[in-house]
Amino acid sequence: MIQLSPLDLALAALLVCLSAALTHALRLATAGRLLISAGRAFVQLLVVGLLLKLLFEQAGIAWVMAFALVMLAIAGYEIHARQHRAFAGGWGYGIGTVAMFLSSFTVTFLALAVIVNPDPWYTPQYAIPLLGMLLGNTMTGIAIALDRLTQSAHDKRGIIEARLSLGQSWRDAISDIRADSMRAGMIPTINAMAAAGVVSLPGMMTGQILAGTPPLEAVKYQIMILFMIAAGTIFGTIGAIWAASRRLFDPRERLRLDRLSIPQERS
Amino acid sequence: MTDATQVNPPLLRLAGVRLDGLEPVDLALAPGELVFITGPSGAGKTRLLRAVADLDPHEGDIWLEGNHCDTFVPCDWRRRVGWLPTESHWWARSAADHFAGVPDDAALRNLNLEPVLMKRPVEQLSTGERQRLALLRLMANVPRVMLLDEPTASLDNGAASRVESLIRTYVKESQGAALWVSHDAGQTGRLASRHFRMHQGRLEAGDHP
Repeated sequence: MIQLSPLDLALAALLVCLSAALTHALRLATAGRLLISAGRAFVQLLVVGLLLKLLFEQAGIAWVMAFALVMLAIAGYEIHARQHRAFAGGWGYGIGTVAMFLSSFTVTFLALAVIVNPDPWYTPQYAIPLLGMLLGNTMTGIAIALDRLTQSAHDKRGIIEARLSLGQSWRDAISDIRADSMRAGMIPTINAMAAAGVVSLPGMMTGQILAGTPPLEAVKYQIMILFMIAAGTIFGTIGAIWAASRRLFDPRERLRLDRLSIPQERS
Repeated sequence: MTDATQVNPPLLRLAGVRLDGLEPVDLALAPGELVFITGPSGAGKTRLLRAVADLDPHEGDIWLEGNHCDTFVPCDWRRRVGWLPTESHWWARSAADHFAGVPDDAALRNLNLEPVLMKRPVEQLSTGERQRLALLRLMANVPRVMLLDEPTASLDNGAASRVESLIRTYVKESQGAALWVSHDAGQTGRLASRHFRMHQGRLEAGDHP
């Protein structure tokens, strides 16, 4: 494999600086954010690279689990931060995180223990990248779906309460919104599968090919990953929407928008 | 939980129903009564109706025919104690899609509504047409008590008087009752069995009848 030198990275960074200069010249007011994000990516990836190096040398199950839980906690925070009207209190963080845990961890475990079968099953070279890809995609799906659910419940309060006051159960009163939110969370994943290989070469496959893996081997891994991501995202989205829509109503089946937080400015 | 204090329980009884900023409300509706509530906007009339429909959390107790609200499954309670909001809401394409059984043509014509309206997209109907259809939609549940929030607000005089007489007849024949929020003094004078005014967070006896 061809190694990259610091000079190579500096050249790539120069391109980012050029694009920042361009956005500044066009007065898009994004140059600062662009540079900060680029800086974050640089530092975060460097840190994670060092941590993975340590982890691969240790390889104990406790370390792998600890690393996985930190990833989960950060992804859960990210879901919470992407909500315009998140649930107030622990629910805002809890629903997305628990749904992500149940779906991503289960699917990853299945993939490791049954399909890939490394020895031991938690071998970090396999477990951490697989879990990372699962978490990243499930996170996006759940965040989109939850945001759609709470925003729609807020916007369509009149309809939901009209249905309740005509004697519908909470499930019927929110059924359309619930289905719509679940679909919104799943569609990016479904579209990604449809476009895979035609419009885009998925990142993992690209990486393996760059590292010298025969293309067909890389493709097999990529297919497995795509299917795992699809299953994980769909399970996670359904679980999160199921729990969140229940939480929108109290035991007397009243719509409780007061359980949502005051919206933050979208950034 | 039943209401043991009454031998012949009223149709609907509120005891100490409390909402933020309102004093506790005690009120009993007898069968056949049309009880009117008037008062300035923001006085809490709509919030009181919402609490009685059990759509908002509230303190205090509400009984229907001697049975406590909490003993009903929520959707059963709301079918029996039906709330008609000022602005009607629709979620399916046509008005007919919102009815389990389409109301017969006579019932529609009785409210000056052409039966063909039922099939049209809801957004093509006027506010007044939607308001009358929403009343028929509510009455299809055969509620024991109707909570009416300005049911004639966007109707002309002819349609309003047809709505008034429909509600009056229904309440009389079913021996039900209605709690009716109105801004129309004439209407209150014409119809009210009893009249209350919401004033500074308190329900006070009104001028009518």
